[in-house]
Amino acid sequence: MSAYIARRLMLAAPVVVGILLVTFLIQALIPADAVNTMFQGQLSDDDAAEAIKVMRAKYNLDRSWFEQFLIYSANILQGDLGESIRTRQPVIDEIGYRYLNTIQLTLASLVIGAVVGVLTGIVAAYKKDSWLDVTAMTIGLFGISMPAFFFGLVLIFVFAVWLQWLPVIVQGWQSLILPALTLGLIEAAPVSRIARSSMIEVLSREYIRAARAKGMSEATVIFHHALPNALLGVVTILGLQVGNLLGGAFIIEVIFGWRGMGELAVKAIQWRDFTITQAIILMGAGTYVLVNLAVDILYTWLDPRIDYSAT
Amino acid sequence: MTEPLLSIEGLKTHFFGYDGLVRAVDGVDLEVNPGEVLGLVGESGCGKTVTALSVMRLVDAPGRIVGGTIRFDRRDLLSLSASEMAQVRGAEIAMIFQQPKVSLNPVMRVGRQIAEQFIRRRGMDEAAAWKEAIGLLAAVGIPAPEAKARAYPHELSGGQAQRVMIAIALSLKPKLLIADEPTTALDVTVQAQVLALLRERCKALGTSLILVTHDLGVVAQVADRVAVMYAGQVVEQAPVERLFEAPEHPYTRGLLGSIPVLGALKPRLVEIPGNVPTLDGVSVGCRFAARCGERLRVGSRCETEAPPVIARGPGLQVRCWLADPAAADKERALA
Ligand SMILES: Nc1ncnc2c1ncn2[C@@H]1O[C@H](COP(=O)(O)OP(=O)(O)OP(=O)(O)O)[C@@H](O)[C@H]1O
Ligand SMILES: [Mg+2]
Repeated sequence: MSAYIARRLMLAAPVVVGILLVTFLIQALIPADAVNTMFQGQLSDDDAAEAIKVMRAKYNLDRSWFEQFLIYSANILQGDLGESIRTRQPVIDEIGYRYLNTIQLTLASLVIGAVVGVLTGIVAAYKKDSWLDVTAMTIGLFGISMPAFFFGLVLIFVFAVWLQWLPVIVQGWQSLILPALTLGLIEAAPVSRIARSSMIEVLSREYIRAARAKGMSEATVIFHHALPNALLGVVTILGLQVGNLLGGAFIIEVIFGWRGMGELAVKAIQWRDFTITQAIILMGAGTYVLVNLAVDILYTWLDPRIDYSAT
Repeated sequence: MTEPLLSIEGLKTHFFGYDGLVRAVDGVDLEVNPGEVLGLVGESGCGKTVTALSVMRLVDAPGRIVGGTIRFDRRDLLSLSASEMAQVRGAEIAMIFQQPKVSLNPVMRVGRQIAEQFIRRRGMDEAAAWKEAIGLLAAVGIPAPEAKARAYPHELSGGQAQRVMIAIALSLKPKLLIADEPTTALDVTVQAQVLALLRERCKALGTSLILVTHDLGVVAQVADRVAVMYAGQVVEQAPVERLFEAPEHPYTRGLLGSIPVLGALKPRLVEIPGNVPTLDGVSVGCRFAARCGERLRVGSRCETEAPPVIARGPGLQVRCWLADPAAADKERALA
């Protein structure tokens, strides 16, 4: 098992290098030079030229690309994300709590999406072709086709404006409710479809008939015998969906004013603050790699038939 | 005479599929006495599995039991509620299947699948149930039962998997076990061992056994009585020696070959010319008439009138006009 994890980690290494390369290229290829914008209109032209030169040296912008990449990678691998071009504060100070906020939102949505999706999927599969099934799958189709930002606006309208259950501007943990619901319910749609089809497949298996022949109650048959098998399909899709969720979270954050990485990304791009932009992409991609790793490991734990020692 | 443990009368289980009605089981009469082994034989597709599943009330849609009664241990199984029936399954009537490897849950440890019966059905705690499970694994001849209890089904051979299925099925000491072709999917070398185990365990627990099989050799070895099915009906039921010595139904005679001598049997069902009638049409007359070499002895009645079940002695029933006393008279008259 640990050998399997080690091998999976080694396979992740080239992906990490790729991510570093891409984020580095952002800084190398960006047409607008952040150092130029930094001093615009603040100093006389001569002073500005001098200051720009110093700044360029400070950020190693005067070295070769290859050198810059090595320096950049070395810093990042030591946990140094650099400092913000705009505020001169360490990037980690700004991005750290924002990252946690985004993770919080993503996890909350993931839980909502998984629970709602799996439960509706089970009901739909168990009552296959009934009105419950048809209704659930029709709603699901809307969920899959609806853009997250639009659904977010609908939820704001329904819960904050129309029902007035929540104020439009909320503080504290309550502010998590609407964005997490938006993302979670959107996420529930594909999960529910996968859960339904996995469940239908599993319910037709011989071991389910055998479980009934043992005299297991229907609840035991479904939750104890069928669900663990059906979850194998669901976990795969959940892992893939985390990328979607992260991307969706970025948009939802802007709509709901949730102070996460997405909201920061929009500002960073407006400010041409490439160190922050780089860090956001880096952490997003890194998280995605980690999640996939976690899913693979979870999968081997859920499915005893997977042989860890196989190459 | 003791009351039968299981008695099925006029059982009809039909499938209401998209492409029409299939009368898979169409008037089955069957009895199983306490402690006996009943062999259930017949060609592929004659309705053996559907009969077995009907007794368990586990026929899946689009199949449905549309008629008849199933009495078990003085209760009418067809009138029990779903949860009452679930109580009967496993504890009083158990079933094992043809494909043992896919009948075990792939993500659950083998020991757990046995222990579960004691935990969920008998309220035992985990440790005690696990101990029982290991004991049962030993009883069905699994080597190193402690280690195997922790194994997953894919780590077992087919023979071991069927032994585990037997352990599960007999864990709650049911009164009746239905084994649907329990050795068909196994290697020839382990078939005899698993069969011997099945008989030995049932005998030890006093459990009655319905053994569904294609193999007449197996029936001769193991069964006390035999029921022969044809096209959704039982055409003959008889004690095993009687069936092999003097089969009454022309279909049974066909199955046994021309000269049935106990101990010198053809091991498999012999081919009988002609096709089994499709089970979707409305049939008039005897279902076997078109393939029957002896119908002329009774005249045209076979094609126009379905024969009833005719009792010919204790535990001996035939569904054939030849067994009708009137037919015998007629035959004598002709001779
Ligand atoms: N789900 C189903 N839908 C329609 N017809 C079915 C279904 N299941 C079984 N049948 C039909 O019921 C009839 C009896 O099938 P059954 O499985 O009981 O035969 P069997 O005697 O067990 O045969 P075998 O020896 O091959 O196992 C067959 O003609 C089959 O086509
Ligand atoms: Mg069968």
